[in-house]
Amino acid sequence: MSIEIRELEHIYSKGTPYEKKALKGINLTIKKGEFVGLIGHTGSGKSTLIQHLNALIKPESGSVIIEGIDVFHKDTNRREVRQNIGLVFQYPEHQLFEMTVFKDVAFGPTNMGLSEEEIHSRVIEALDKVGLGKEIYEASPFELSGGQKRRVAIAGVLAMEPKVLILDEPTAGLDPEGRDEILDEIKKLHKRLDITIILVSHSMEDIANYVNNIIVMDDGKVILEGDKYKVFNEVKLLEDIGLGVPQVTKLCDLLEEKGFIFDEQITTIEEAFKALLPQLKGGESHA
Amino acid sequence: MLRDITIGQYYPAESPIHYLDPRTKIAMTFIFIISLFFSTHLLLYAVAAIVLATVIKISKVPFSYMIKGLKSIMILVLFTVIINVFLTLGDTVLVDLGFATITLEGLIAAVAMAVRLMMLIIGSSLLTLTTSPIDLTDAIERLLKPLEKIHVPAHEIAMMMTIALRFIPILLEETDKIMKAQMARGAEFEKGGLIKKAKNLIPLLVPLFISAFRRADDLALAMEARCYRGGVGRTKMKKLKYTKGDWVTYVLMITYLIGIIWLSRLFQGAKLMF
Repeated sequence: MSIEIRELEHIYSKGTPYEKKALKGINLTIKKGEFVGLIGHTGSGKSTLIQHLNALIKPESGSVIIEGIDVFHKDTNRREVRQNIGLVFQYPEHQLFEMTVFKDVAFGPTNMGLSEEEIHSRVIEALDKVGLGKEIYEASPFELSGGQKRRVAIAGVLAMEPKVLILDEPTAGLDPEGRDEILDEIKKLHKRLDITIILVSHSMEDIANYVNNIIVMDDGKVILEGDKYKVFNEVKLLEDIGLGVPQVTKLCDLLEEKGFIFDEQITTIEEAFKALLPQLKGGESHA
Repeated sequence: MLRDITIGQYYPAESPIHYLDPRTKIAMTFIFIISLFFSTHLLLYAVAAIVLATVIKISKVPFSYMIKGLKSIMILVLFTVIINVFLTLGDTVLVDLGFATITLEGLIAAVAMAVRLMMLIIGSSLLTLTTSPIDLTDAIERLLKPLEKIHVPAHEIAMMMTIALRFIPILLEETDKIMKAQMARGAEFEKGGLIKKAKNLIPLLVPLFISAFRRADDLALAMEARCYRGGVGRTKMKKLKYTKGDWVTYVLMITYLIGIIWLSRLFQGAKLMF
C-alpha cells in the first residue's frame, strides 16, 4: 500500500494556553514495500504523524491518502483503515489485558469479525512470526518477561495481517539482546510478507542497520528524506538538530581524513568492515 | 480528545489575582459563595455579577476559556431550572397543564436559581483557574494546620491531594494512549448498547489499573528513597506569606459581604424576592 501525505498540520489543545503546533505541513510519499526509518528526537512530531496514518487523530488541515483512499474523508471506513495499517505503539505491552496470551492476540482478529477457525490460525501464525511457541499460549501475559510481553503485543497487531506495519520505538526499554532480536524479527517479516514497514526510532544505529530509506523530522517538519546513504551524508545538519550519525559513520569520516578511501557513505559496521579490510590487508600505511 | 477537558484547569497568566496568596483566594471564594446565598433580590445578583465580572477581568483568564469547560455542568443547571419552573407554587398562573402549572413566581425562581448556580460555578472555577494545584494544596495544608491539635493529619491530607491532582493529567494521557492502542486493534468504544459499551471498556480499564498501580508503587518507592516520612519536622522551601495586596483584598471582600447582607435586609419584603 502506498501512502501519500499532503500538507498535514496538527495542533494540540487548540485555543488554550497549552496550544502546541505538532505538525507543520508534512509532505511525504511512502511507496509499497518500503522499509522506512522515521527519526527525530522527542517532541519532533513522529508519534503525532503516525497516529494520523491510522486515523486515530484528525489533522487541522491536509490529507493522508492510502491506496487512493482519503483516510479523513467522512465516508471512509476508519475501521478498515486501521486493519490495513497496523500500528504498534510505544511500550505496546501496556495494552495487554486478557487472561491468556492467546486471547489477547485474538482481540484484533475478533474485532474484525473473522470466523473462529480463521482467528485460531491467525493467532498461531502471528505468535510464530514473533518467535513465540505453544508453551505460552495459555500463560497470562502479565507473567512473561519484558521482551516476551512486547512480542505478544506486536503479534496482537500482526494477527490483523496489516498491509502496512508501523512500529513506534519497538525497542525502547529493552536490553541490547532483546533489541536485536525484535529488530531481526521485523526485518524478517519485511522480507517474508512484502509489507511496508515504518520504523520510528531515535537510535541512529538501529535505523542504519535495518532500513533502506530514512525520513528525518525536527520541530514538526520533515527536514531530510531519501535513502540512508544520502541522509547520513548530511552529518552537519543531523548534528545541528541533535541527532548525529551512527558512530561508525563518524569513525569512517575521521579515517577518511587520514587517507583511507571509502567509495560511499558507511552506515553499518559490516560496511565498514568490507571497505576497510582490503585497505588494511594491502599494508599501506596511512597514519 | 481527552486533552480538551479544561474545567478548572490552571490557566497560567500574570495577573494580580494570580499573584494573590492562595489562602486569600480560598477565603475570597468562600465569601463570594456565602454572599450568593444572602442574595434574595435581583439587584443583589446584579451586584454579585458585577463583582465577579470585575475579578474575571483582572484575572486575565479569557471568559470564553472559562465557559468552554462548563458545558458539561450546564445539564445540571438546566435540570434545576426545569424542576423550579414546574414545582414552584405561586398565585400568578401562566400556563396550566393539568398535572403541573407554570407560574410567574416559578419562572422567576428558576431564572434566579440558574443565575445563582452559574455564578457559583464560575466563581469557584476561578479559584482553580488562577491558582496552580501546588499552591492550592499548600494553602489547604496551612489552613488545616490548627486542626493538627485535634489529630487531623493536615500534611498527609495535603500530600494526598497534591498526588491525586498530579495524577489526573497523567492518567488522562494514559487513558488516551491505551484507547488509541486498542482502537488500532479494532476496538470500538462508542458503539453498542449499555452492556456492550461497559464490556468494551475492559480492554481500557485493565491496562489502566495496572499502570496506575505500577505508577503508585514507583512513586512510593521514589519518595521513600528520598527519605520522605510524612509531615513531622518538615520545612517548606516556599513559605506562604501575606502581602499588602492580600490585606487589601480581605478588606474589600469583607466590605462586599457586609454590603450584601445589609442590602438583603433592606430589601426584605420587597418585590422580586424569594
